[in-house]
Amino acid sequence: MYTRLFVLRFPKETSDLPIICKLVKQYNVEFNILKATILPHHEGIMVLEIMGHKSNVKDALAYLKSFGVTIERLSTIIRRDNEKCFECGACTGICPTAALHIHRPDMAVLFDPDKCTGCGLCVAVCPVRAMEVSLDQSVGAMG
Amino acid sequence: MNKFKVNKTIDEINARIRAGEAVVVTAEEMVGIVRENGAEEAARQVDVVTTGTFSPMCSSGAILNFGQTLPTIKASKVWLNNVPAYAGLAAVDIFLGGAEPAEDDPLNKVFPGEFRYGGGHVLEDLLAGKKVLLKAIAYGTNCYPNIMLEKEITLDDLPDALMVNPRNCYQNYNCAINLSEKTIYTYMGTLRPRGRNANYCSAGELSPLMNDPLYKTIGLGTKIFLGGGTGYVTWQGTQHNPGAKRLENGTPCRPAGTLMVQGDLKQMSARWIKGVSIQGYGTTIAVGVGVPIPILNEEMARFTGVSDADIITQVVDYSYDYSHGVTRNYGEVSYAQLKSGQIEVNGEQVKTAPLSSVVRAREIAEILKEWIQSGDFTLEKPVRLLPDS
Ligand code: SF4
Ligand code: SF4
Repeated sequence: MYTRLFVLRFPKETSDLPIICKLVKQYNVEFNILKATILPHHEGIMVLEIMGHKSNVKDALAYLKSFGVTIERLSTIIRRDNEKCFECGACTGICPTAALHIHRPDMAVLFDPDKCTGCGLCVAVCPVRAMEVSLDQSVGAMG
Repeated sequence: MNKFKVNKTIDEINARIRAGEAVVVTAEEMVGIVRENGAEEAARQVDVVTTGTFSPMCSSGAILNFGQTLPTIKASKVWLNNVPAYAGLAAVDIFLGGAEPAEDDPLNKVFPGEFRYGGGHVLEDLLAGKKVLLKAIAYGTNCYPNIMLEKEITLDDLPDALMVNPRNCYQNYNCAINLSEKTIYTYMGTLRPRGRNANYCSAGELSPLMNDPLYKTIGLGTKIFLGGGTGYVTWQGTQHNPGAKRLENGTPCRPAGTLMVQGDLKQMSARWIKGVSIQGYGTTIAVGVGVPIPILNEEMARFTGVSDADIITQVVDYSYDYSHGVTRNYGEVSYAQLKSGQIEVNGEQVKTAPLSSVVRAREIAEILKEWIQSGDFTLEKPVRLLPDS
C-alpha cells in the first residue's frame, strides 16, 4: 500500500466544508488525521497520512487542491533509541520493509534506517517505545 | 546403588565455586558440550549451567513500605505517579502490580489503546533513580489521624521494597496466530489477519525451566538472578501445571511449570526491570530472570544440553480459540523453526517474531556465569522441589 504524510493548509472559506470525508468515498483512500487545528472561519492546518493506491492518492490530492488547499509532503524520520530497545524482536513481525530485522543465529535485532519508509507501524508495536518518530521542523512548530 | 555414573552434590559444587574451580557454562554453550562429549562426560566436566530469560512477565509487582508520616496515616488508597497500588495490607504497606495502568489512562476507549504508563513503568522509574509522586488518602483513626499524603519519593526513601512475582518464567508458551479477518491486539502482540504473522515468547534453550524440565533441582529457596540482583524462588508460580504434555526429553510442549520469585528491589536495575506497553492489551513489566542449574549427574547434563530443535510448542489461534477455551492447535513447531523467522501453518509460510529477547537472555546467563565464577554466588539447596505432578 502507498502511504504518505502531508501537511494541508485550508483557506478559511473551506474550513466549514466536509472536504476530508469525501476522500474515502470518492477516491477510495484511507487516512489518519495525525494533527488538526481547524477552527470555523479560520485557516486550518492538518497533518494527514493518506493510504491507498498510488493513482488514487494522486487524484485525492488533486481534489483537495481544487478547493485551494495547499499541500506539502512531509517526511518522517524514524530513529531507534538503542538505550530503550531491549532487542525483543516484536517489531520485526510488523515492519513491512525489513528495516527492522533479526540477525541470525545470534538473534540480535537490527535497524537499517536506509530501508525504513517511515510508515510508523513499529512505533506503537514496540513495547518500550524505542522507535521514535520525528516530523519535519516546520510541523513541529505548528503548536 | 546409585542409578547415575556421575554423582555430585550441591555442597561439593559450592566448595568448587568458593575455591574458584567450578566449571560454569551457559545453557547455549552446554548444547555443544553435550553433543560433542555425551551427557556423562559433560556431567564430569561441567558443574553449573546458567540460564536466562528477559520478556514481558505478567503477574509481577512489588511490596513497598513507604514509611510513616507525622501525624501517622493508615493509607486506604494509594497512587504512585497516578498508578493505583493496593493498600489493604497495613498502614503504609502497599502492593504495586506491574500490570496496573495509570488511573487516567484512556485504556481501550480509542482502540487499540496505547497504555503508555503503568505499574511496571513506576518500578522502572524508581530503579532509574527518578522521583515518583506518592499520593495516599485515609479515613483517619485515633491512632492514625492523618487523612492525606502527597510527596515525591525515590527508591532510597522507601524503608522496604520487595519484588514479589507470583508467576514468572513460564515453561514454554503458545505461538500465537490470528485466523480471523481483522487485525487483533493481544498480549502476544499485534497479529495480522488470516495468519499472516505468528508471535512466540520463550527464550527456548536458554529458558530456565526448559533446562530442568522435570524440576529435579529447582525449588523453594533456589537462589537466582532477578532483575539484576539476587532473588529466590519462593514457591511454584500460579498456574503451575506440571502435568502438561511432554516430549521424551522431558520438555513440555504446552505452557507448563511456573516460578514464584522474590527479591530485594533495591539491588535491581532499570536495565532488567522495564515497564512495557502492549498495544490494545495493557501495560505490564519485563523482568530479567536467570536460574543456575547444578549438574549433579548425567541426567542433568542431558536436560541442560537441550537445544531449540528439541523443544516444541503449539500454534494457537488468538482470534477465537484462545479466548473461548477451544483446545485446538494448528500444529506444533520447534523453537529452531520459530527462530528461523518462518514456520508453516496450514500449508502456508508464516513469518514469526519473538517477544522474548534472546540477546538479553544470553546476557543474563553470562552475568550469572561471571557471578558464580568469581565465587560471589553460590548455589542454594532448595527446601522442597517444585511439584512435578
Ligand atoms: S519492538 Fe522495540 S524493544 Fe523490541 S526489538 Fe523492536 S525496537 Fe527493540
Ligand atoms: S517506520 Fe515502518 S518501515 Fe520504518 S522501521 Fe518502522 S515499521 Fe519498518
